[in-house]
Amino acid sequence: MDFSEEQLKRYSRHIILPEVGGKGQKKISAAKVLIVGAGGLGCPVGYYLAAAGVGTIGIVDNDTVELSNLQRQIAHSIKTIDVNKADSAKQTFETLNPDVNVVTIKKRLDSKIILDLFKDYDIIVDGTDNFPTRYLINDACVMLKKPLVSGAILRFEGQVTTILPHDGPCYRCLFEEPPPPGLVPSCQEAGVLGVLPGVIGTLQATEVLKLILGKGTPLKGNLLIYDALGVNFRKVKIPKNEDCPICGKDPKIKDLNDLPEEYCSI
Amino acid sequence: MSDEKIDKKLDIRGEVCPYTLVKAKLGVEDIEVGQVIEITLDYPEASRSIPKAMLNYGHTVLKVEEVKPQEWVIQVRKEVED
Repeated sequence: MDFSEEQLKRYSRHIILPEVGGKGQKKISAAKVLIVGAGGLGCPVGYYLAAAGVGTIGIVDNDTVELSNLQRQIAHSIKTIDVNKADSAKQTFETLNPDVNVVTIKKRLDSKIILDLFKDYDIIVDGTDNFPTRYLINDACVMLKKPLVSGAILRFEGQVTTILPHDGPCYRCLFEEPPPPGLVPSCQEAGVLGVLPGVIGTLQATEVLKLILGKGTPLKGNLLIYDALGVNFRKVKIPKNEDCPICGKDPKIKDLNDLPEEYCSI
Repeated sequence: MSDEKIDKKLDIRGEVCPYTLVKAKLGVEDIEVGQVIEITLDYPEASRSIPKAMLNYGHTVLKVEEVKPQEWVIQVRKEVED
């Protein structure tokens, strides 16, 4: 692919970076990234990946935009209230950058569709807000050996990690099983500072671009925790668990299963 | 130095910053390590910024010459892979 004059202008600040250049920009254009959830995290991730020119961005969401989302979900607007979130985000991202092909998957992610859906993408981004889906995404990425950039937020604190299956720990190495329903409050119960998903989402987008370019050090084997009130970034090492039920030597989990609904504290 | 073999010529007269550097950078990406590109340009600022940027990328600037008023020729030997 040769760059058009428009693309040379649009991506000029990338092309002059030694770590990107024309070659890196072409890798970005050829990349396929799937974002699960077009909410607080998915919006900034998709926004910056669209701006960067990621060729194909898949967005999974079966929810519709509500007014209470707009305090933090920046791809949506009052014009897209009641519109499916994936469709709303697609409009925003394609307006920002028509080079990008945004594929909408207006379904609830479950064990039946996940492997088939993930296999077409290079990198998966977790922007979900519940534990069952988080674990399902982790397990599917381990099974398919897909890089996963995971983020989570609550109140004034967020965390991000990059999972490179079999080349570092996975989410289950850190927490083998999801917490019991009701133990961890949801954003709906506990609140979240609107800008927080912006910080965590842009860190996730940065990790995605580094993986596409093959530059820098991925955040594998580490959980980066951001505390907005105290302005602290802490990097906590996650050891790989040799007995991990999904990525260990003798994995117990061989099939994907959906956890019961009551786990979903959305 | 003036008899250096030129492997690629790039004419970016009419271009302004930062597209002068964008096109120069892409031109260097198109040649192999050890090869030489000759860039012709007429944007004064770029006659200073391109040699500086090429040094930062790790390449060798063989020549910067104002061949006529407001027109420069820059020769760069590629030293490192992109």
